[in-house]
Amino acid sequence: MLDQPTNERRLTIARAMAEAMQQEMQRDPTVFLMGEDIGGFGGIFGNTRGLFEEFGKERVRDTPISETGFISAAVGAAMDGMRPVVELMFVDFFGVCFDAIYNQMAKNTYFSGGNASVPMVLMTSTGGGYSDAGQHSQCLYGTFAHLPGMKVVSPSNAYDAKGLMTAAVRDDNPVIYMFHKGLQGMGWLSTEPGATVNTPESDYSVEIGKAKVVREGRDVTLVGLAMGVHNALKAADRLAEEGVSAEVVDLVSLVPLDRETVINSVAKTGRLIVVDEDYHSYGVSGEIIATVTEHDISKLKASPARVTYPDVPIPYARHMEQLCLPNPDKIIAAYRKM
Amino acid sequence: MAARKGSASGAKAGANVSADELKSYYRDMLLIRRFEEKAGQLYGMGLIGGFCHLYIGQEAVVVGLEAAAKEGDKRVTSYRDHGHMLACGMDPKGVMAELTGREGGYSKGKGGSMHMFSKEKHFYGGHGIVGAQVPIGAGLAFSDKYKGNDNVTFAYFGDGAANQGQVAETYNMAQLWDLPVVFVIENNQYAMGTSVQRATKSPDFYERGVAYGIQGEEVDGMDVLAVKAAGEKAVAHCRAGKGPYILEIKTYRYRGHSMSDPAKYRTREEVQKIREERDAIEHVRQLLLTGKHASEDELKDIDKEIKGIVNEAADFAKESPEPALEELWTDIYTDVAPQNA
Repeated sequence: MLDQPTNERRLTIARAMAEAMQQEMQRDPTVFLMGEDIGGFGGIFGNTRGLFEEFGKERVRDTPISETGFISAAVGAAMDGMRPVVELMFVDFFGVCFDAIYNQMAKNTYFSGGNASVPMVLMTSTGGGYSDAGQHSQCLYGTFAHLPGMKVVSPSNAYDAKGLMTAAVRDDNPVIYMFHKGLQGMGWLSTEPGATVNTPESDYSVEIGKAKVVREGRDVTLVGLAMGVHNALKAADRLAEEGVSAEVVDLVSLVPLDRETVINSVAKTGRLIVVDEDYHSYGVSGEIIATVTEHDISKLKASPARVTYPDVPIPYARHMEQLCLPNPDKIIAAYRKM
Repeated sequence: MAARKGSASGAKAGANVSADELKSYYRDMLLIRRFEEKAGQLYGMGLIGGFCHLYIGQEAVVVGLEAAAKEGDKRVTSYRDHGHMLACGMDPKGVMAELTGREGGYSKGKGGSMHMFSKEKHFYGGHGIVGAQVPIGAGLAFSDKYKGNDNVTFAYFGDGAANQGQVAETYNMAQLWDLPVVFVIENNQYAMGTSVQRATKSPDFYERGVAYGIQGEEVDGMDVLAVKAAGEKAVAHCRAGKGPYILEIKTYRYRGHSMSDPAKYRTREEVQKIREERDAIEHVRQLLLTGKHASEDELKDIDKEIKGIVNEAADFAKESPEPALEELWTDIYTDVAPQNA
């Protein structure tokens, strides 16, 4: 299904992220980590497990619960030539520290006329589906991708997770690395098995800014990222049973956005459905549709559709949350309406 | 005692300062004042846009602390940043040309008054959000500690920023990690139009580190020698690996908060009284003359030299071309174009 090198080693996204950071820290002494309980605890999503034991408390640094303080400190250290990787435990917490992110991290390169760059990674967990309510379940892809000056990536599987982390650490720009909790492979959290894939042991990069066609098809293009890719692949499997050939595009990166891959796919299929677990309005789904329609609306055989999270705060009650989340049924229903 | 009320240490320190050093402080403070006066004029002529926050009155703070710094030490500050840049040796031409938004400015015209950087001079901005530079300063200090050198970072902020939550976060982190950072509170007594008394019941900002175990002291910011002495003490503390230090430097801004200031929050007499009785440049001038360290003629020569430098900077800032429009799209990312370029 996914076009990846064959080997026998399957990793979870959590393990893949940790391995990328481990290799980058071995390679480059300026790489260090900061975040809440990323040390001995190993990160609540497992993505820093083992690093504290190998690199110690100086390089794998537990912080006080002071997101503005330590994210801004990372900005300062990065401007001085360090390569910090910092964790914002849940993306929902951006509200207490967004100034550090979009006013400092994202703008200092421009405001310095290129004199100071800010090579840092901000990794943060996204996504719901496990009844954690609306302060711990959002995706907020559009919120971050909207703002110039930072790159934004979100992997759908362990292979990309490792390669994107390696690329992010080596990137001279600030990179927001958004990992979906439902793909993470954590024992305590239900997980999507399709995210745990063969992952090479040696270090490698996955290009930031390049989307992937993860399933080829002729009749409709399904565009998604992170969990959306898995929903799209499941929908594509079921559509295939009906003789409908769906192509699935994994965006991988929101900034830069690989518009060309999306445009080329829709030029082939003539139909577009965007799957996005972020809120419906003013987000990724609208941006993708606008990209296609602005380019050449004549390629479309039907109005584009989107399967997204409705514009409501994410509820706690399981049946209410499940009603709101994108799923393969909704994607198939959207196709049938075309 | 962790926090100490200001003393007359400056007067004593005066004995340890050479005539040449005293003259150089006079010169550096005068450069800032004349530069800022010129910037005010250019603003009035419409050559400088946006907000422009002048440093006039506060010159002894940065000049005194720069006298305590060594090569490699870092500084980061707020939007009232022209004085800091001149004091650490950045080119007045590049600063003024940034104010006029020209190609020859430090940020190629893309940052303006509030946003300039010089890694060469270890100046890390120039930041427009009140208090945001404080944790950035802690990060700069972290970087030096990590690398194992003995550099110190001066993180400057005002009495207004002292009430920002991120300052408290930073105090805690800096002390926890023994970071070599001097927190310099430039208390000019007004956060825009709000006096310290109207903003807090805890107006002794140097004491605010006590809760975190950080030593602090109050300093007379109109006495460059007192500032230098306090700076030397703070820097020695940091270099010795003892963690951060707080200096609350009592100063006064003669001009408005920015160029749009109704000046209704204080009386004309209050400003006039401080200018006449406490002016930091006049103070050094008198020390030089009464101590016979410099003659009137020597000081006139310095005045003339400064006038030349400032005029040259202003001419450069007027003549430097506006940035090419292609520059709009550069420096957003180091490698790729923005989304819709």
